[in-house]
Order: sequence, then C-alpha cells, then structure tokens
Amino acid sequence: MSNVVDIENLSVRFATDAGAVTAVDGVSLSVGEREILAIVGESGSGKSVTSKTILGLLPETATVRGAVVLRGRGRDAGVDIVTLGKKELREVRGRDVAMVFQEPSSVLNPVYPIWWQIAEGLRAHGKVSRAEARRRAVEVLERVGIPEPEKRIDHYPHEFSGGQKQRIVIAMALVLNPGLIVADEPTTALDVTVQAEILDLLRWCRDEFGSSIILITHNMGVVADLADRVAVMYRGRIVEEADVAALFSAPQHPYTRDLLAAVPRVGGGHSATALSREATDASAEVPREPVVAARGLEVTYPGRLGRSGFRAVRGVDFEIGAGEVLGLVGESGSGKTTIGRAIAGLTKVTGGSLRVLGHEMRGIRERAFRPVRSDLGFVFQDPGTSFNPLLTIGEAIAEPMVVHGRAASPDDARGRVEELLEAVQLPRDYADRFPHELSGGQRQRVSLARALALEPTLVVFDEPTSALDVSVQARVLELIRELQQRFGFAGLFISHDLAVVDLLATRIAVMYRGKLVETGPNSQVLGAPRDPYTQRLLASLPVPDPAEQAARREALHALAHADGA
Amino acid sequence: MSTASVLAQPRKRSLLRRLPIVAQLNQSVGVQRFMLLTGVIITSVYVLVAIFADVIAPYSYSALSGADGRNFGSQQPPGAAHLWGTTVGGLDVFSRTIYGARTALIVVVVAVVLSMVIGVLLGLLSGYFGGPLDRVLVVICDAIYAFPSLLLAIVISIMISGGQSTFWSGILSAAFSITVVYVPQYFRVVRAEVVRVKAEAFVESAKVIGARHSRILFRHVLRNSIRTLPLIITLNATEAFETLAGLGFLGFGIAPSAAGEWGYDLQKALADVTSGIWWTALFPGLAIVFLALGISLMGESLNDLADPRLRRRQADAGESAVPAETVVEAQS
Repeated sequence: MSNVVDIENLSVRFATDAGAVTAVDGVSLSVGEREILAIVGESGSGKSVTSKTILGLLPETATVRGAVVLRGRGRDAGVDIVTLGKKELREVRGRDVAMVFQEPSSVLNPVYPIWWQIAEGLRAHGKVSRAEARRRAVEVLERVGIPEPEKRIDHYPHEFSGGQKQRIVIAMALVLNPGLIVADEPTTALDVTVQAEILDLLRWCRDEFGSSIILITHNMGVVADLADRVAVMYRGRIVEEADVAALFSAPQHPYTRDLLAAVPRVGGGHSATALSREATDASAEVPREPVVAARGLEVTYPGRLGRSGFRAVRGVDFEIGAGEVLGLVGESGSGKTTIGRAIAGLTKVTGGSLRVLGHEMRGIRERAFRPVRSDLGFVFQDPGTSFNPLLTIGEAIAEPMVVHGRAASPDDARGRVEELLEAVQLPRDYADRFPHELSGGQRQRVSLARALALEPTLVVFDEPTSALDVSVQARVLELIRELQQRFGFAGLFISHDLAVVDLLATRIAVMYRGKLVETGPNSQVLGAPRDPYTQRLLASLPVPDPAEQAARREALHALAHADGA
Repeated sequence: MSTASVLAQPRKRSLLRRLPIVAQLNQSVGVQRFMLLTGVIITSVYVLVAIFADVIAPYSYSALSGADGRNFGSQQPPGAAHLWGTTVGGLDVFSRTIYGARTALIVVVVAVVLSMVIGVLLGLLSGYFGGPLDRVLVVICDAIYAFPSLLLAIVISIMISGGQSTFWSGILSAAFSITVVYVPQYFRVVRAEVVRVKAEAFVESAKVIGARHSRILFRHVLRNSIRTLPLIITLNATEAFETLAGLGFLGFGIAPSAAGEWGYDLQKALADVTSGIWWTALFPGLAIVFLALGISLMGESLNDLADPRLRRRQADAGESAVPAETVVEAQS
C-alpha cells in the first residue's frame, strides 16, 4: 500500500527582520492510506509549518528544502509539492489535500451563504452548474450532520453555532473527496462537549470517506482519542514517532515524557485528597463572614434599543470562604467570566446580591470600592494584552503600590518588586525588561506578581493558563498553588478545563447557560456528578490514554443516547 | 518558548530608532526610502533657512533701500545687487522669500501644536468616557468637516484684526482656522484608537488595581493611542502654510512691513507675469511648491509605510498572545 504523503528531510526557513529563522529542521514523515497521524508539540515547534507545506501555503519569505510527495486518490505517481508552480498547486489543493483550520468563525466568509462557499471548491476544479453545486452542497452537509441541509445551505455563517461552523468547514474539505485532510487544531476553539462531536466526525471521515488525516494539536487527550500514530515535534525536529498506544504507555524521548507528565488529569488534584480535607474543613469551620457571597446574583448586559438585554448570569448562589479556592467551570458563554468580572467591579450587578469583602456590589460606586481594591487581585486570561506595552515589568508590578500610596514611585517600590519577582521565580533583573521580551508563561508569572503586590485577601483567576502551552501551564499552576499556600488568599479560579480546576480548587461550581448547575467538593463533583450536564462535561473530556479514552468514548455515546431517548 | 526569547532580543530597537520618521527611515527600502528621504531633506532645509533667515538674507523683508541709502528700484531684474531681482514695490525678492519660510514655519508650528493638543485631549476624553459628551463631539466634528477651511480662515482673520493683518494677527488667524479644521482629524483618529485601547486587558487591569481615571488616561491609554499622529501632523502642516499663503493672496494676510509672506508677494506679482517679469512670481511660488512637496513626500511615504508598520505591530501583539507560535505563524 502506498503512502498518501511522504515528507522527506523537509527544512523550512523564514527570512525575518531578525535574520533567518529555522522553523522546520529535517523532518521526515509519511502518512498511509486511511491513517490518522497526529503531530503534537508546543507552539513554535514547527507543527503548523510542516502541515502548511503540504498544501503549499507558506509565504514568500519561506525557503523550503526537501521533498513533500503527495499521491492523489487512484494515482500511483506522486507529485512533489515543493517544486510545483502556482497553477499546479491550485489543482492539487482541494482535490488531493484539503485543510480544516482552527477557528471556524474566521475561515467562513460572512457575506456569502454557506452553499456558495462549499461550491467555491467545486468551481475551482471544473465547471459546475448552480443546481449541481447546490445539490452536492446539500449532500455533503447532510453527511457531516447538519440538520435540514436543504434549508440551511442558504443561511449565512453567523446563523450557525461554533460546532456547526466547524462541521461546515469539514464539509468544505470533504466535498472534493480528497485523499488527505490536514486538520490544524480543529477543536481548540471549541467547547469540550462540542470537541467530542467534532472528533467523532473526523473519525467518521476516515471510516466513511477513507481519507487520511494529519491532525495538528497540542492536546494530548485529543491525540489519544483520534490518532493512530503520533509524531512529537520539538524545535523544528521530530523527537519521537510511535504508534499511539506505544507512545502513551512507553514514551521514549524525555521531552515526550515531560509533555505527558505535564497534562493535568481529572482526579490528579484535590479530588483525590478531598475526603480528609473535607473532614478537617468541617471541624474548623468558624462563623466568619465569607470573602464573597452571592445570593440570586444576576448580571444582564443591556441590549440595543428596543431589545431586551442578555442575561449572562441568572440567579446564582455561592460563597467563597476566607483562604478557600473555588473553581468555576463552564463552557464559553456560560457566564463564568462575567461572575469574575462582577466580583472585581468590572461589570455591573443588575440583580440579587453580591457581597465582596464586606461590600455590596449591587449599585456600589467606584469611589467607595476603590480602597477595597487593594484587597483584591485579578489575573487575566491573556498575558499578551494585560500589560501596558510601554511600561517595564518593574513599573507594571509597582503600579498597584503607587496607586494605593504604598510607594511614591516605581523606583521607590523597587525592593518590593524584586521580592515579588523572586516569589514568582523570575530573576530580579527582569524588572527592567518590557513585556514583549518575555514569553507567555513568564508574563503570566509577572501577572501573578502584580496581583499579589498588595497581599490581597481575594484573587480572581480568569482562565490564567488557557493561553499557555501544556508544560508551561503545569509550572504556572504549581506556582499558583504554592503562592496560595504561602499567602493564604481566597481565590476564584475560572476555567473551562475540569482537570486544571481540580489541581487548584477545593470546591467546584459548574455553570451552564448562566445558571449554577452543581456545587460541591471536588471529589463529589468530579467523582459522582449529579447533574446531567456535569456528567456530559466530564465524559467529553478526553484523557491522555488511548485505551481509557476509547472506553470513555463509548460511555459518552451511551450517555448521549440516553439523553436522546 | 526558547525560540521566542532568542528572537525577542534582536527585535528590540533603541529609543532613537523607534522615534517617528527615524524608525520609518530604517524600515523603508527603495522608492519609499527615496521619497521619505527627499521629503525629510527638503523640510530640514526650510527649517534651517527659517532659523537663520537673518544671516542668509542680505536685506530685511521690509527694506526698500540698502545700507548706502539708495532705493533698490522697482522690478529690477536678477543681478549682482539683487540675486532674484526686486518686486513692483521695490522689495528684494530673495530676502522676502527667505523670510517667508520663517513666517510659514511659525504658522505650521502654532497650528500643529494647537490642533494636536486640543484634538488629542478631546479624543481621549470622548473615546474613554463615551456617553452624551462623545456623541455631541462627534456630531460637531462631522459638521466642521463639511466647512471650507479658507472661508473659515477669512472669517477668523476678520474677527481677529478686522482684515488688516499685522505679523501675529496674520499668523494667528491662519493658525486658528487650521486648528478648527484639523481638531476633528486628530479627534477622530485618537478617539478610535482610545476606544480600541480601552478594551484591552491592561486598561482593565489598571481599573482592577484601583487607578483613578486620570492615571489610566494619561499613563496607560494616551501613549498607546497616538501612533498614527505623525502622518496627520504632516498633512496638517501642509494645509497650515497653504492657508496662510491663500489668505495673503486674497489680501487678508500679513502686511509686507510686518513679515515676509509668499502669498502676498504672489498676489503683487500677478500683473508682472503678463509683462514678462518672471522673477517676482517664480521664486515665492517655487518656495510654496517645494515646501508643500517636501512635507507631502514625507506624509505620503509615512502613509505608505504605515501598512507594513501595522503588520509588524500585529506580529508583535500576536507574539504576546502565544509567544513562539507567531514567530512561525505570523509569516505563514
């Protein structure tokens, strides 16, 4: 059986302002028929560049060496993509190889109905009448599981949900029935429950259409779920290539081992130890006022003129005791971030009651709340935008101290800044650097230092690690845990990742569509979830173990089936 | 990660190299670089001439006679005594053209500083606080857009000096009218940037810290919102001295006894052109053309370079989100 694609000794270099950069360095890979190859690695490892080379999508600044031999369906002779001209490349794309991108919302053109976009691929490879194009669009949409495709082909992308959009993108890839589909982080932008469906769909593409798939991802759970074979990339090279079962059970390269060890697992955190903790908690409970107490909390974003507003949070009750970390979990749009913002006074509370550090947030004036802010820290999701690019790291950390009059100027606070940098395990001289000179993980550490500058009693973490690589995430989470034990602050930890929450929180609250569906200690919520949504969420979470994941997949299907019946 | 830190180092540029114009000069290549360089050189020559006008010009802008007490005479052709000849009024063309640069540049500086300060400040407040103030300001600015600037300048000049201009009233009327016309431009650009910047997480993080509005505005928002200003400044500058010349040409400018001014000279030279006296119109005319050319070339090439520059910024911003990825991804 011949391979669909053979990559031989591929090197890609980019000309940049800072000189040439090697993105891919001597990579050799091959994908067989009906095979799913996963390429994993951290950002910057060259996995995306490798996959883009297969489609000839590299920019002019790239210099490619080596060979990428692609064999279309029913053809024995392959073509070398690297040497193809623009016209030949256009012919190959779509017919022999198609791409599924990460962000479905930005791949679909918002001003055309979806049938037009699916037909565009058909028209590029031969004359197709309008009726014929529509017929084939309906056909392929039906196959990827879009309900009522006859009606929906005339709809525009914004009328579909994120998961449906990704289905449409996959339909666009499938319409010419290519031998190879390159899926670049196809589920990263999606919620966990939707991710499971899209992974099913991709598996079905292979089973039904006989396509080979190259799956680019950083999520080891996704790899375990879908891949047959795995190539691990690190700094432009392939450090390990193995069968999926072999890789997970016996990783050879130290980097692979680190990568696997860094993946947070449900049950690896407090849920395992919670029983003893619970017992001590119960006995040590003192009738102190909780740091945060919400009673029937409602947050409504005002709508446009003449339209009712959007109720992001609908009647939520919870409490955070002193020194306790509450994990808040939910998918995008569930209102979890809104609650965090309401606690920090960034979003107005429109109903119910929210007491933060003894102050009622409903209708509070910024002037009255300002002094309380010294007791409140906030760590933002994106370390890239949460720093003023024109201030040094030292100035950014000193900012809260200057604002609250604890220091006259950033220079005055220098000693404390260096202490804080050391607390977050960064060298002291980083104080003189600018944010863009630091990596994402380092910046998130600085963000922690800034949040802790005034030794607050409450810290809100808004998805602090979702923009970070797995291995970096593990270190940052460990640091947060250490700091929490050392400073004893109470925390609200917002995340979409149950495994991450389990590492830090002692209690977990699950949000779904603006409502709190379940609250309890980790062991209870993760071990024996009562709410059907929590059950589904847990079952959808792919685990980095192929055998266990296969079993979980069956369980999820059973669950979905039970829901449907 | 490590890829990013390796790359981050050479990307850092010294403060001098990040200054507007200097930064673009370093970035530009080929035709764009030539345009920018030409513009910068022409403009610098004008600035030097304006500063050292007393040294360069042989006579005063209002002198009718030399040191020997003899009148220059009217409409003398260019020669040893008068490099570029004399006007119908018996003034030395060369001296007046040189002094004209000083007048023009004062107008440019006053107009640019005034409109920039007012426009940026209003844009900052309007964009940051929003609400009714914002809406009212936007409507007013739209209304001003529709107003012809020369007409405005004439009205203001009459208001300031009753139409009879001395040195400062002529300069101020040109500068004020330009200010009124250009405030909306600065306002719009800065307001749009502020609206974008205020949604960024670092502004929110300043809010969470408990910083006051004034501190957020001036420490965090302002400096991140003014990166497109150099371009508008060049447009603004051209418009400023052209309006001054227009006022002079229409007879609302500065009297010849108060300052050298190209527009006035051109108007007086109108009759000369038909009678074959070319030097009275040519030199002030060329002075206007070259200054306009110099500043426009600078503005044009800044405009052309704005796109790659924006792309570069985006790459930087993207890098901050997921550090190393963009090093690779941004290119692809």
